[in-house]
Amino acid sequence: MSARALSGRSLEEIDLDEGRAGRLSPADLRIHPDTLRWQAEVAERHGNPQLAENLRRAAELAGIDDAELLRIYEALRPGRSTRAELEAIAAGLDQAGAPACAAFVREAAAVYARRGVVRGA
Amino acid sequence: MDDRADQRGAQEESRGQVRGSTSGRFRALDRQPVNLDGFAQEDDDMGLVAFRSRHDPEPSLVLGDGGEVAELDGVAAAGFDMLDAYIAAHGIDRAVAAQTTALDDIEFARLIVDPITPRDEVVRLAGGATPAKLARVVALLRPVELQMAIAKMRVRRTPSIQAHVTNRLDDPLLIAADAATAVAYGFRELETTVPVLADAPSNALALLIGSQVGAAGALTQCSVEEALELELGLRGLTTYAETVSLYGTEQVFVDGDDTPWSKAFLCSAYASRGLKMRVTSGGGAEVLMGAAEGKSMFYLESRCVALARAIGAQGVQNGGIDGASVVGSVPDGMRELLAENLLVMLRDLESCSGNDALISESDMRRTAHTVPLLLAGSDFLFSGFGSVPAYDNMFGPSNFNGDDLDDYLVLQRDWGFDGALRPVDESRLREVRERAARATQAVYRDLGLARLGDDRIAAVVDAAGSKDLEPLDPAVVIDAAAAIRERGVSLLDVVLSLARTGFAEEAERVLAMGRAHVTGDYLQTAAIFDEQMNVLSKVTDPNDYRGPGSGHSPSKARRAEMAAVRQQRSRRDLLDKQAPHVGHVRLVVTGDAARGSDPAEVCIGLSPAFASALWSTMAGIPVGEVIALVLSGLADEGCAGRLVKVRSTIDLGMIGLVAARLAGSGIGVGLQAKGTALIHRSDRAPLACLELYSVAPLITPEMYRELGRNAGRHARSLEPAPLRNPYIEEAIEPRYHAEAVMLVAIERESCVPGAAPLNVEVLP
Repeated sequence: MSARALSGRSLEEIDLDEGRAGRLSPADLRIHPDTLRWQAEVAERHGNPQLAENLRRAAELAGIDDAELLRIYEALRPGRSTRAELEAIAAGLDQAGAPACAAFVREAAAVYARRGVVRGA
Repeated sequence: MDDRADQRGAQEESRGQVRGSTSGRFRALDRQPVNLDGFAQEDDDMGLVAFRSRHDPEPSLVLGDGGEVAELDGVAAAGFDMLDAYIAAHGIDRAVAAQTTALDDIEFARLIVDPITPRDEVVRLAGGATPAKLARVVALLRPVELQMAIAKMRVRRTPSIQAHVTNRLDDPLLIAADAATAVAYGFRELETTVPVLADAPSNALALLIGSQVGAAGALTQCSVEEALELELGLRGLTTYAETVSLYGTEQVFVDGDDTPWSKAFLCSAYASRGLKMRVTSGGGAEVLMGAAEGKSMFYLESRCVALARAIGAQGVQNGGIDGASVVGSVPDGMRELLAENLLVMLRDLESCSGNDALISESDMRRTAHTVPLLLAGSDFLFSGFGSVPAYDNMFGPSNFNGDDLDDYLVLQRDWGFDGALRPVDESRLREVRERAARATQAVYRDLGLARLGDDRIAAVVDAAGSKDLEPLDPAVVIDAAAAIRERGVSLLDVVLSLARTGFAEEAERVLAMGRAHVTGDYLQTAAIFDEQMNVLSKVTDPNDYRGPGSGHSPSKARRAEMAAVRQQRSRRDLLDKQAPHVGHVRLVVTGDAARGSDPAEVCIGLSPAFASALWSTMAGIPVGEVIALVLSGLADEGCAGRLVKVRSTIDLGMIGLVAARLAGSGIGVGLQAKGTALIHRSDRAPLACLELYSVAPLITPEMYRELGRNAGRHARSLEPAPLRNPYIEEAIEPRYHAEAVMLVAIERESCVPGAAPLNVEVLP
């Protein structure tokens, strides 16, 4: 598969000459969600559905900015969020076209509530 | 005695585990380094037990009507802690659960070891195994069975190895030079960390630059607090992540400020930027944190590894890691550490196999910990070989460190296992160190991060470690690190800066790492890049070991590379020692040797190559001097010496006996060119000489003279006290045997069977 970057630039157009000409941006060196989905298929074909699931969640996160990723990670750490706050993050992920991640956060929220690792528990 | 030895001595006095022994034998043993190590009695309640605690659950797996896991290892769904819940939801292959659950433990263990049973079939069955089931089965394996299983079950066919690259100063030039050095040796992943957290971005940047000097494709990481590590990864300043820790109990997990879901999210976050990552676990962590719940270390590790698979990580660093010494303190601890690596492989994950923490003060014990894995092979033989001096390792000393590199290369050569490293010659070492330091200096200057002087480059190129350098103003590194972070310096900035400053080759290679993030092929299990940027992974380079004659084996070229350690000497090299002495003495033949009649005459039998093809003893004494010394010793006792060239044999006993039979006194001296010497008497059997000086490299000029005197005393029928061979406890034979073989071969070439002995004289 011929990959293209998050920016849409094809791999063949990512070289030093382009860089020297000032035509490369950081998004030209980021992975595209389609590539992650394809890698997920490869992982699945090679017998690792869990790795595939991880890569599908990653595909949903590929376009989300760094600060938001760090914020969600922080919110998932123990005692950081109420169940409602986790639900709000899940809803945001749904809206951002990240249903697998949204479901993942809801799954966490349910277990956190039961095990007392939500904030204020 | 250096500082370290002083310190060691003080430790032996104050901290030895065994003290106050009353017998000499035990007092001597007390001083052995192994007695600085701690050994703990097994204690199930504390979790101080390697494989099996009475509190470990019985394996169980019950599926509900909807196919969901209703019971896992004795716990019903309502009582699942976070680990159970995550593993139950994501980590069990329900399609094989019933088959695996029904499989007898010993039968399962045999399938794991048996080379004929395909790897894929074992992986399939392991997919249905609960943590307790897999722990119990693997615990059945003996050490050699673990090795067989590891040879078959590791994911990647080609073994690889990771290095620690750190220093006490966080000196960016030294980090870059040491990174390039590690790559020259063959390390394919480089891990750094910091003594000062704020320095992390600088270390990551210097490591990235240094890693791409000399060869392409080594992966780099900077091990720091999870959020900062992620930030560095998102910027592309690191190319993989590893320090995503998992623990075997919920309490320790939460104490570590994470949950299985937060860790799983981290996995996805790294992957979302095209970054390889693996998780870290390792036995002993829970008991160190006082929350092992009375479970065995191996059962808890089995939970970690099951969780690693469940969260979708491609690999695991384990085999003790920070808790390695805790595991090592209990019975079966070393076997447990090796078995942890196998757990990872059985879950079809990349194994980054520990050996990264110094497990003993005893060289014997720390080596014994690591060697079984080296012989079996792993995706990463070390999750951090300390490529720098132990004092510079900011993770703490690794089990093997910079000073052990020659030992490692020799071990690899001895056994023919592929340890993934290669010898490096000194000019290459200097070349890559200088290039890495200069590239880093240039980028730091170009990006306005720091001005690092040229004088420091020379010092860094030469340095063994940071103790050889002037201290660096800490503000320099902190300011550079802060600037990298504040300005959001990214991989692309590094590429463009390298290109601007004349390091186009390195710019291309760093850019290639950026392109690798775009293609994502190295997100697959056990992926590394070779030096041509080919991805070697489960997908492209699967382990195909099926018993003898299969699987990875070093190619002919690779074997030659492994063989060519810098200490290896050819015949020509070994004979270099002879060169300065060639022709320094000339012997002239005066006729056939006949029996003498002077009762004060002692004959000195010279070996075939003596002063004709060989000119120096192994102790470096010119052979002419040896003759002169023996003659002067004889003269001291009023005896005359006659030189006889014995051409028909290289056997020193025979040479001495031939000389003795020719001598008027019946006493002869035998000399081999390599320096071995003896005194013989005409009526004795060839091997029953009077005195033998067998350790040629240790024979001094004074001893040759004393040998002459003793020969004279024998001729005068006195009974001299035989000279003592200089016995020492060092391994003298391995030091000299290769050279001795060469010298003996030359004696053999000079030998003329059947030729009569000749009288010779030294030309003045």
